[in-house]
Formats: sequence, structure tokens, C-alpha cells
Amino acid sequence: MRERVRLLREESFAARPSFSAERAAMTTAFYQEWLGRVSTPVLRAMNFRHLCERKAIYLGERELIVGERGPRPKAVSTFPELNCHSEEDLRILDSRAMTSYSVSEVDLAAYRELVIPYWRGRSLRDRAFALIGEDWKALYEAGLFTEFMEQRAPGHTALDDSIYRKGMRERRSEIAAARAALDWGSDSEALARDEELKAMDIACEGYSIFARRHAALALEKAKAEGDPARAAELRAIALACDRVAEEAPRSFWEALQAYWFVHLGTITELNGWDAMSPGHLDQHLAPFYERDLAEGRLDREGAKELLACFWIKVNNTPAPPKVGVTAAESGTYNDFTNINLGGLKADGTEGSSEVSYLALEVLDELQLLQPQANLQLSALTPDRLLKAACRVVRRGSGYPSLFNADEITTAQLGMGKSLEDARSGGTSGCIETGCFGKEAYLLHGYLNTPKVLELALNDGVDPASGKRIGLGTGDPADFASFEELYSAFEGQLAHVVGLKMRVSNFLDGMYAEYAPAPFLSSVVADCIARGRDYYRGGARYNTDYVQCCGLGTTTDSLSAIKTHVYDRRDVSWAELIGALAADWAGREDLRLLMANKTPRFGNDDDAADGIAQRVVASWHAAIDGRRSPRGGAYHIDLLSTTCHVYFGLKTGATPDGRRAWAPESDGASPAQGADRKGPTAVAKSLAKIDAARTGGTLLNQRFLPQALEGERGIENLGSLVRTYFKMGGHHIQFNVVDTATLREAQKRPEDYRSLLVRVAGYSDYFVDLDNNHQEEIISRTIQEGF
Amino acid sequence: MSPSYNQFPCRTSDSRLSAKSLITGLVFDIRKYSIHDGPGIRTAVFLKGCPLRCIWCHNPEGLSPSPEILNRRERCVEGDGSKCGRCLRACPLAALEGRPGLDPRRDAGTPACSACPSFGSCAEACPAEALQLVGRRMSVEEVMAEVVKDRPFYEDSGGGATFTGGEPLAQPEFILGLLRACKAEGIRSALDTSGWAARELILEAGALADLVLFDLKLIDDRRHEASTGVPSAPILGNLVALSAAGARIALRVPLIPGINDSPLDLEDAARFAASLGGRMNVHILPYHDAGRGKYGLRDEAYPMGEARSPGAEAARAAALVFERSGLDARIGG
Repeated sequence: MRERVRLLREESFAARPSFSAERAAMTTAFYQEWLGRVSTPVLRAMNFRHLCERKAIYLGERELIVGERGPRPKAVSTFPELNCHSEEDLRILDSRAMTSYSVSEVDLAAYRELVIPYWRGRSLRDRAFALIGEDWKALYEAGLFTEFMEQRAPGHTALDDSIYRKGMRERRSEIAAARAALDWGSDSEALARDEELKAMDIACEGYSIFARRHAALALEKAKAEGDPARAAELRAIALACDRVAEEAPRSFWEALQAYWFVHLGTITELNGWDAMSPGHLDQHLAPFYERDLAEGRLDREGAKELLACFWIKVNNTPAPPKVGVTAAESGTYNDFTNINLGGLKADGTEGSSEVSYLALEVLDELQLLQPQANLQLSALTPDRLLKAACRVVRRGSGYPSLFNADEITTAQLGMGKSLEDARSGGTSGCIETGCFGKEAYLLHGYLNTPKVLELALNDGVDPASGKRIGLGTGDPADFASFEELYSAFEGQLAHVVGLKMRVSNFLDGMYAEYAPAPFLSSVVADCIARGRDYYRGGARYNTDYVQCCGLGTTTDSLSAIKTHVYDRRDVSWAELIGALAADWAGREDLRLLMANKTPRFGNDDDAADGIAQRVVASWHAAIDGRRSPRGGAYHIDLLSTTCHVYFGLKTGATPDGRRAWAPESDGASPAQGADRKGPTAVAKSLAKIDAARTGGTLLNQRFLPQALEGERGIENLGSLVRTYFKMGGHHIQFNVVDTATLREAQKRPEDYRSLLVRVAGYSDYFVDLDNNHQEEIISRTIQEGF
Repeated sequence: MSPSYNQFPCRTSDSRLSAKSLITGLVFDIRKYSIHDGPGIRTAVFLKGCPLRCIWCHNPEGLSPSPEILNRRERCVEGDGSKCGRCLRACPLAALEGRPGLDPRRDAGTPACSACPSFGSCAEACPAEALQLVGRRMSVEEVMAEVVKDRPFYEDSGGGATFTGGEPLAQPEFILGLLRACKAEGIRSALDTSGWAARELILEAGALADLVLFDLKLIDDRRHEASTGVPSAPILGNLVALSAAGARIALRVPLIPGINDSPLDLEDAARFAASLGGRMNVHILPYHDAGRGKYGLRDEAYPMGEARSPGAEAARAAALVFERSGLDARIGG
């Protein structure tokens, strides 16, 4: 690692995230002046350009890639037009033990005096909550589901290669051409399109201004710089910024800088979930890398240094702070930028290059929270790349995660995308499948399926509150067969999903109406041609996902009921319901019977896996294919991020022997400790679920470091992954750390500051996790090599 | 009390057992993702019963050729604010008159159970896994149903099934049935053996298996007998015959402190291995005390006492001894 990279990394690692009111204050003043004078898209674009013109910019010592979202590294902007923090929120952010953000008195005053008085009652969240019905709120508060869009803008956005081919000048001439081609004679939406296109043009101009301001700052610093080497670097930075302000990049350096400015633009405009992802970064950079090397502009180490500088930039942008329920469901600084490596090209050829290896080296050496990276493994991917990735996995940080590029292509074909577009898609966020640069694939929140089953066991009453919030599906004691119970479960599911979608669709409409994203729209395929915003169906493809949680817990609970109440008849309904209500008090024998003498998901046992298939089919029936307002369709994915811990806190004891308030199973993984037959059995169980009919499934596996020792350990791990994918699996990720180490880290967190562990579709610093999450990770089944 | 030669288990008449489903054996574990007993990703099938009594044995539950009940009393939830009693209700002996006071919670796993007509029913009923049945009678088909489940993993990794134990050759019909079934299924098989078996049997098994993992413990006949209960001569004879018959063999050398880790013993072993011809693979398996806890559960003294695992350096030195004799040696299985 070069000295520059080492120092920049240390700085970034040590910087404490802080709260910056700059964007909020500027946006508030801008809205005060302009709201009502121009159309909403134009207002949003003008505000964006205003931020690009006026926000404080930063250029740090030793940096090569430049630009920050806030006024300094790890200073996080807020978006009061969507969700306005209260003073109390800010005090909590500043003082809470985990994932805190320092808040200065000046920023607090800006919120108190300017931001809060204006946005209270006007923010999108306040307005939405005033309109949402009590029936939805009852389910939401009981923990049946979460709603992504109540705090952050719809996101999960990744880019394709267009920004490397096309500069802003060319983009703006496309916009002009689209405006000129509007059919004012017969298109009733022509005005709306024109306003949207005007807005995109203003936003692109904002981008260019932002880039040129950095060029000017670099030149200014170059003049004052005493060290001639650094002065030359600053002049090179100025050249790169100036070039990408209007034109397409020509070199590796310019390509990274161009992407970074676009990235900053999208996360300044709005706080979309999962920030922004460059998509297939190695594929996009490979032509620049090869040309620079051939023409002697760059060597391998130089390219690696630039890539590391870019990596550190991403690490400097923690997630915008959340409050309330959303803070609990995703308590992390990670903003989920996910870099795809390897995979396929649009023409079906293999996508890896030397840049893929460079990226793995950077990932391995920096050991930073962000960005995460994943390997898109196709049947065509060379073993050499897979092994290189497995060696990084063995280090234990949980990076990179591994995805099945062939299944991802199939899944997208199934959702109606063209073959070329499907191949150039991949994964963003945690495990979500999407078509990079051409799709708005929005996540709408997590669904607490074990809680849905709990409603079915209690005739629609939430045992935690005693209130009826579900359907009256009857007393289980009257269910003559397992089928009757299952119908009750499906009835509750339809009820909960129906309410959830009504509100998701409503919020979708709110974003289209009040928070369009003209800058993001200008870089996503077909928004310009259609003259429509990304949030109004402008993208080529539009998809909506509901993240279905608790597959393991739900399956095992149903299996336990089937086995003991109906097949063996050694447990009565009254006995079971009573024990669940008492959280198994005095019935440890029954709890263990349900947990240990039941076929459970994750053991390659058809009795349990068949129930899992059925649960997935029920999700499908309730969700898949339903239309969304943007003209797309809903699909499911099997992802919980950290929400299985929050959902667990909302859900009483479950028939699989889980105690009340304990975490539920994560992602599509078996319940913690339920899988006892090793990783191949887990993979077989998971492969029985048709991943290609979902937007992704998440599988966590925990290994002891000894199981991966030596070259054979790497080969066997690689083989495990290849075989899982051959069987149709979507994703797998690994924690390679022993329990003793994690216990030590709990005792002496200061000594384990940099211990990264896999949490969900991302890694986090173990010591930054709250105790619930730490215990949940420790409780995951450990796979050994026998 | 060492078995004599004529105590080798012999095959019973073939004709009467020709129907495949009749072949059963005693299995005490089946483990997937086994990566240290042959190449690639494997399923290890543990056959119960072993004629040897190696003092370093880390699978003491594999020694007896009969099912056993492991009683982990600390796991029992009865009285722990919870009524259970399921084992008691499942125990046919507790219900019999004339045996007042037999209580599986206390007595399961003791000789009191030897007369049980439904051995293991208490463990079957125990929700807390305090009572565990070690050793299940399984047919070849039942074992294979588990083994074939991981076929996709074998195919990609070059793995397969490994039959280990215990001593798999102590159940001749069963092991031959299993090896034949693997052939029929196209699954590569490995036989992990002490080499203590009738010559005819080991040759037949060796011809069926794709790989034989053959233990090479000590050359010295008398000292071999002292620490394993059987002499080395028949084992070494089998090894020579198996090698001459062209079986693919990997020699497994457990490195046991104070037993076979002296330079002299290692050189003896290396010389013998080299004399077999070909480039034999040698796996040095350093002693570890992972089995210590199992002895505790069985209320037995740990025969190795406080012996420590040889360090990485000692293992490398041992490997070097074999390499100097022209063999391919590595540490680990």
C-alpha cells in the first residue's frame, strides 16, 4: 500500500461522522424563495444547481480523486423536504452509543431557527403520515412491516457505462433534441415532459458547475503549493475535473473522477436508499486501464493507487442519519454502495479483467466499511478470479460477497428484460437484482412473516397489544388439519400485504409528485427519451420489491406445528398456544421438542424444504406481478438486512422454539442453529427455492477460519460456491471468525475497532453493532470442515 | 486382550444375502462437507465398531460394535421449572414390574439398559438431546440416500464418499455393499482403514474403492500392539498386498507424542512406505485432543492424559522425513 493511500485510509477510518445542516439550510431558503414560482421538477433542479454552485467544497491533502457530499469528509447532509429531524432527534444522533453523528451547536441552531419551523408539517413524511389510514398504522406499529420511503427516497440505483461514453455537453444536446421533438399538437403530457426535460438540463448544468469549481480550487491550491510534486498533482486534478465537467473521460483517472461527481450529484439531490452504485466498475474501467498502460500514462501500481483513493472517497460518505423505526432496522453507517466485479458483458462474454484483481487487492488491503464489493460469478468466470475472491473472504471481513451472474441474467429475462440488458445488470444494495443504468428497482420495505403467522395463531389479534389488527381467521383449536392453518396464514398474509401495497403505491406517487430527481433521471436510460422522471416511470424498466423476511423461522414454525400437532399429535393446540403466550415458561421440554424434534429448513430435508417452497409460493401469490403506479410490477426478494432483529423484538415466541423477542432468521438463511448438516445441506435446501423468480435471496454462512486453511480450503470453498450456483443459488456470503474472537471483541472493543463482520448484505464493524446484533451473529451456526 | 488372527471378521455366505436391502450395518455419524478425508468435498460415513484400541483414538464412540446411549445429564430439563418425563414413558424397562426405580434420566447408557427390547427409544423421545443414541442400524440404501444428496458438490470438487469409523472393514458385508453402491452411482469412494482385516476382504474393498486412506502407525510389531491392541505385522502385510494389487493408497501417519514421533520410528515408517514403490502420498496427522471431551461424556479417563499436540514445526520435520525417502508428504488429511 502506498504511503498516500495508507494516510488517506487512516484519516478516513478515524474521522467521526458528523451531521451537516448546510444542505438542509440552503434547501429551506431556496424553497422559501421559489416554491410555487416554477414547476416542481424545475424547482428541484434549480435547488440542485444552487447547491452545486454554493455548497462548501473540499479538497484534502494528498487526495487524487476529489469531492465530498458535505463540507468535509464524513459530514452527512440531511433532506428535510423528505423527513425533517426534530431537535430531539439531533440530540439523540449526537449522544447515542451506536452509529452516532456529532451535531454542532451551529447546526442545531440552523435546524431550530430555519429548517424545523419551515418543514414541520410540510415534509413529505409529515404529509404522508397525515393521510395514511389507521389500519396501516396499526400493522406498522405492531411490526408487521416497515416502509422504506417514509424517510429516504426510493433508491437501489446503479449505473451502466453511459457516463464514460458521454459527457454532459452531449447529454444536454440530447435533452434539447427531446424537447424539440415534443408533440405539442397531440401529447397531453407534453407540458409535463417539457418541464421535466428543462429540469434535467438545469441539473446537468449543476453537475458541470460543481466539477469546474473543483478544477478552480485545485488550481488555486497548486499555486500556493510549495511542494512541486504535489503542485503537479493538483494541476492534474484540475485538468481531470475540468475535462469531465463537460466531456467524456479519456483516462482511468478521469473515468473515476467522472463517476465520483455523478455519484455525489445523485446523493446530493436526494438520499436514495443504497446511495448509488457504479455497477460493473471493473468492466467500465478496463478500456481506460488498458489504453493508459499501452500509452504509458499509468502503471499497475498507479492505477491501484487511484482506485484506492476512489474507495476511500466512498468510505467518506456514511449513510444519512435516520430516526425511529428505520434507525432500528438499519443501524449502520454503511450506505451500501456495492461494486460488481467479473460477471458477464452485454454480448455474453466473460467480464473480468486485470482491474477486477486490482479491485480485490484494494478491497483486501484497505479493510474499510465502504464500498462493499461482490463477485458476479458466471460459469465463464475463471477459477483464478474466484480463488482470488475466496482468499479475501478467508480474511474474514465478509467481503466480497458472491453472486450467480447466470441466475441473475435468467431472473431478469423472466421479468421481461432484453438479453443484453439482463447480462449487463447485476447486484446493488445488498443482494437486489437490477439492470444497471436502465432500471428503477425500488424496495418498499420488509415483511415480518413470522408475525403474520402469529396473527394466524391468534385469530388476528396481536398478542403484544391484545388488539385485533389482522383478519379474524378463527381459533386454531378449531383447525381440523394443517391445511386449515395454512389457509389462515395465507389469509393474514394477503391482508397485510394488501394494506402495505396500498401505502407503498401512495408513497410512490408522493415521490413522483413532490420529489422528482432530474439529475438522476438524466443519467438513467430512457428518462430523457420519454421525458419522464426516474420516479415517474421514466426508466426503461420499473420494478418494485417487497423484502420477505423470516423464511427459516416461518418454515420451522409451520413444520413444528405440522409434525407435532397434526402428524404425531403429541402436542395439543391449547398446550402450544399457552406455552407461546407464556414464552415457554415452565415448558422448556415443549420448547426443545418443537425445536429439536422437527424437520427444519437448511438440512436438505424435503419435509421442511417443501414447506419453505410453499411459503415462497405464498409470497409470490400475494405479491408477484401486482402492478405499481410507475408502470412496473412488484416482485419479492428474500432479504432482511438487519430487520430480522427488529422484527424479532416485535414478535412473541414462535412454534419453532424461538423465544419471544429473539431475532428471527435472517435473509433466506436457515434459523440460527437450525442447520446441522453443514454448508452443502444448507445450499441444497436453499437451491430448492427458485431464486430466479425472486429479486434475490440472501444466504449467510459462518465458517471457522480453520475450515478454509491452505490452498485446498480455498479450492473447496470455491467449489462449494460454484456448485451452489450451478443448482441455481443466487448469493452466498461468509463470516470467517471464531466465537472466541467475537467474545474478546465484546470485552475489549477498543482493540477490535477494525474487525469487520458480515451482517446482512453488507459488512459492518463488529464493535459498532448493538448487543442484539452481536449476539445474533455469534448465534449463527458455525460450519466446520470435518 | 488382543484379537487373534482368526478373530478377523469374515464374510458370511454371499448367496443368502444377495438381496441388497438385507445388508445393514451400524453407523454412528454421517457428515457432509468433509474436507480432510480425501480430495474435494466429501460425505464421511462413520461405521461403528473397531477391533483396535489405539490410546489416542478421538472417536471413542466408534469403538464398540453395538449401539450406545450417551447420557448428558446436564441437559435434562426435568425439574428445571419444567416437567418432561418423556424418556420415562418411552422406557420399556421402567414400566416392567420387578425393576423398581429404573429411571433413564439416571440409568440410560449404563449396563442396566443392555436388556432393553427397544434400545434407544428413550433417546428418541428426549427433546433436550440429553439422551443421544450413538449407532443406528442402516441399510446400504439408507446410507446411499444421504450420500447421493451431495452429488453435485462431489462432481465439481472431485470429492465423493469416505467410509471411516470405527473400522469400516469390521463390517465386511456392509462396507462392500456401500463401495459397490458408490460404483453403481458413479460416486468416487474412499476407504479409511487401520488395515486390520482379512487379506481377501481388504483386497476386495481396495479394488472397489477409488482411494484407500491407510493408517501407518508404527512399524515395530510389539510397540504397535502395546498402543493399539494389535500387532503391526498383519497390517503391514495387507499394505504390501494392497499396493502390489495396484490400489490407489494415501498413507495416513498419525503423529502421536511419545508413541511414534521419534526420528527413528518416523524413518522406519518412511523406509517402509518407500519400499512400496510408486510415489505414495503421505498425510501427517498431528495428534490433537479434540476427542478429550468425548471421554468425559462417557465417564472414561482420557488415555492420552495431558499429552500436547505436536507443534507445526514437529509436523513439518516429520513430513520432511518422508519427503527425503522420495514420498509426497503433507500435513493434514
